[in-house]
Amino acid sequence: MSDTTQTGPIPDKPATGDETGKHGEMLSADGRSLKSSLNRALRRQKLRALMLIAPLLIFVLVTFIAPIADMLFRSVENDIVTNTLPGTVEALDDWDHSVGEAPGEGVYDALYFDLFLAAEAKEHTKLGTRLNYEQTGLSSLFRSSGRGLDDVGDDYLDALEEVDERWGEGDFVYRLMTGTGPSETGFVADRVRVLEKMTSETLPGDVGFAPSEEIRQLLPATTLAYTDFATFTALVEEDVVAEEDPWEAVYVGLIEDLQTADVASYSGPEAEALQAAKAADIPLVPLKQFFADEDGDWLDPNVWATIQTYSPKYTSGYFLNAVDMQLTPDGISMRPENQQIYLKLFKRTMFMSLVITGSCILLGYPVAWLLANLPASRANLLMILVLLPFWTSLLVRTSAWKVMLQQQGVINDVLVWLGLVDDMNRLVMINNQFGTIVAMTHILLPFMILPLYSVMQGIPPTYLRAAKSLGATNWTAFWRVYFPQSVPGIGAGSILVFILSIGYYITPEIVGGTTGTFISNRIAYHISSSLNWGLAAALGSILLAVVLLLYWAYDRIVGIDNVKLG
Amino acid sequence: MALDANSEAFVAFERVQKSYDGETLVVKDLNLSMPKGEFLTMLGPSGSGKTTCLMMLAGFETATHGEIMLDGTPINNIPPHKRGIGMVFQNYALFPHMTVAENLSFPLEVRKIGKSDREAKVKRALDMVQMGEFGGRRPAQLSGGQQQRIALARALVFEPELVLMDEPLGALDKQLREHMQFEITRLAHDLGITTVYVTHDQTEALTMSDRVAVFNDGRIQQLAPPDQLYEEPENSFVAQFIGENNTMEGTIKEITGERTCLVELDGGATIAARPVNVSQPGERTRVSIRPERVEMDRSRLQDGVHLLKAEVLEFVYMGDIFRTRLRVAGNSDFVVKTRNAPDQRRLKKGEVVEIGWLPEDCRALDA
Ligand SMILES: Nc1ncnc2c1ncn2[C@@H]1O[C@H](COP(=O)(O)OP(=O)(O)OP(=O)(O)O)[C@@H](O)[C@H]1O
Ligand SMILES: [Mg+2]
Repeated sequence: MSDTTQTGPIPDKPATGDETGKHGEMLSADGRSLKSSLNRALRRQKLRALMLIAPLLIFVLVTFIAPIADMLFRSVENDIVTNTLPGTVEALDDWDHSVGEAPGEGVYDALYFDLFLAAEAKEHTKLGTRLNYEQTGLSSLFRSSGRGLDDVGDDYLDALEEVDERWGEGDFVYRLMTGTGPSETGFVADRVRVLEKMTSETLPGDVGFAPSEEIRQLLPATTLAYTDFATFTALVEEDVVAEEDPWEAVYVGLIEDLQTADVASYSGPEAEALQAAKAADIPLVPLKQFFADEDGDWLDPNVWATIQTYSPKYTSGYFLNAVDMQLTPDGISMRPENQQIYLKLFKRTMFMSLVITGSCILLGYPVAWLLANLPASRANLLMILVLLPFWTSLLVRTSAWKVMLQQQGVINDVLVWLGLVDDMNRLVMINNQFGTIVAMTHILLPFMILPLYSVMQGIPPTYLRAAKSLGATNWTAFWRVYFPQSVPGIGAGSILVFILSIGYYITPEIVGGTTGTFISNRIAYHISSSLNWGLAAALGSILLAVVLLLYWAYDRIVGIDNVKLG
Repeated sequence: MALDANSEAFVAFERVQKSYDGETLVVKDLNLSMPKGEFLTMLGPSGSGKTTCLMMLAGFETATHGEIMLDGTPINNIPPHKRGIGMVFQNYALFPHMTVAENLSFPLEVRKIGKSDREAKVKRALDMVQMGEFGGRRPAQLSGGQQQRIALARALVFEPELVLMDEPLGALDKQLREHMQFEITRLAHDLGITTVYVTHDQTEALTMSDRVAVFNDGRIQQLAPPDQLYEEPENSFVAQFIGENNTMEGTIKEITGERTCLVELDGGATIAARPVNVSQPGERTRVSIRPERVEMDRSRLQDGVHLLKAEVLEFVYMGDIFRTRLRVAGNSDFVVKTRNAPDQRRLKKGEVVEIGWLPEDCRALDA
């Protein structure tokens, strides 16, 4: 039989090197193993190839991968609480929210000093905003409390000045706090780091102050407040510490310390003034009491539970929020019915994207077919018409739809004129889902037509002829022979249109009203209006995950090799 | 072909013209009629309109003018899928997304033939082209020759009465081609199928066909059985196109009778020839003679034939025959083929011999 496949010549054995190594390994001329010289040669090639794509690679890394990575990170990042209230978070550690009581004095103590520093650095309102996402009211709580922090210290200072005039003077307190003997430079460095974290800035330079070990042991709270004052003054305001009046928090710390400190045995600088202050026995206002007076909410255990729940560095809170759930001190739960919006928006986005993709297929398929089958000159004209939308601004096109579809718009006018629609009951076609679907189908249509066209162009007309000659009707020939071969084009077009529409923003924003908006509009709102970037990032990440998931499913069902863009 | 034969013709072209662009005619005035069961080959150089004719018959192109009849009915009245014409396309047109077996069962499915019947027919058709084991493959996984055979099987599987084949063997190597030529003619005759076969390989046309239509320039130059085509070409295009041929230019000197004339060659000599499409003295002509009809042995020629002096330029030993190139009357491409008989002389280069031929073998054609 002449159809027996002829066996070709048996390929020669691969050319051997000059020598054969110990383990039968080929050696090249210079004695290296053949494999490694081959690798070396290939590596050089690869390196050259890499250099060619390097500019693009860097561009993509910087403008695409990095922002996405940053976004993914932001959706779980939550270090603002520990950074702003480090002491409070630590003190809250062994507080149990389920008891239902406000935490003890120690927590309020820590809160006072944390908040004082944060207020000076103007960071406390940011924290308030962040915590307000989780529990409304916390923003104003933080803002108002930040203002009253000075009062208690001022009262103490007045009392101290009655004992000794110099308590209000910068260099006096500086001398007292510096003390003598070995100093706590490590402690100062720690506080600088706390300030750096809080302000998200690097603060180089010398503080010009360090408390002595003795003083720190004697007056721990005062040392903390004064060191914060010193670092802030020196590094942020760039003033000389000894020349500035100390913060009120320093006196709050001092009075607190004097309750227990054994100042009699202290002999450092200004020891007598310290002893005199202690002897004056200035009454202590407990800080818990102070905060309760500032705002009763500080005694609310729920406030503390929220702070505790969101104190870890990373949180699933944004993601839970993005799927209408919430992280409560008692665990994860659904949001109340009336606050659930995101799941509905995700579903709507999916549904509308599917409808848009479907309409694009229905409208685009015949056009692509015409394009592929018309003689070249007319096909070119049609192609220009298809591409025309690309030459006009997206905004113009979308606004044009507004003109067309609105109640006093062209289409309604025509319908009324034709008598199909009553003048009183003009159709509502804009600022709803219908308007969004119409406008977006129009805008995304070229993305369906172009891949379809390029695939259809590769299907020779002889297939249809062959099918017909074999007895198929026009419809059968199309459906059994032409259509299956055009499926890769449908696949490519659908992926393009679906992915574009799922993240579309401008058009739904303009013509979507309230019922036609997409999840992307919500993301934009959180990015630019509510400034809840974490939530925006979580929503974006979910969107990304959904797209990847769909892509994967598509690959499983249709096969990504079946997608042809040209 | 007489037009009145159309009544019994299975396929008939009547004064058919075709133009694609409205400016040039690709097919000019085509008349052709085929009885049932005939194997007709359309032979012609590239671009001569063969595929176009086939497409008009299959219904994928419409004739600009004229009528094509299929079994007595104008073809325009039958939609393509009802014509029952099996077709093998120039590039096979096997459906790439279906397996071989699916390709074959497609025409049966659209005819609503039951599953078991379908499978039996597909199997028979595959066996017929010796491709029984390839049913599960995709066309892309087959060699050109295998695709070719599948295309043939697909065109035959639904038992059409008329099969059109457009250069089906173009992609095959010589051996396979010869085998397939034999297979196709055998199948066509066994199944009693009327076949229109397109090729530009003249050997294929001569060996396979009942009749050959030689196409050139949108016209049928000659329509005749192979032997007649070879021995009695009606014009110089056919003479040139079919087989090897010696031609010499000249002028008609005298028409000496119904079947003889004298031609004065441009090289000087005068010879006798049979006038085919020349009619009066003074007309330019091109005489043609087959290499194997030239005689070098005087004893085999009748008395009174014209003899020409010829110089041997080249002598090629080809086994069964000798091929001698001569310079005759100024034409240095004159070829003579002689049988390798025991008494046949082997000529030397530079030798001068006398050659002659029977006047009826030398045909005076249009210039
Ligand atoms: N669709 C078409 N549009 C315009 N001109 C065409 C078309 N198809 C064929 N032609 C022209 O018609 C002429 C005849 O073409 P046809 O395909 O019939 O040639 P053919 O004899 O089959 O040649 P080949 O042996 O190369 O297949 C050619 O000059 C070709 O350029
Ligand atoms: Mg052709």
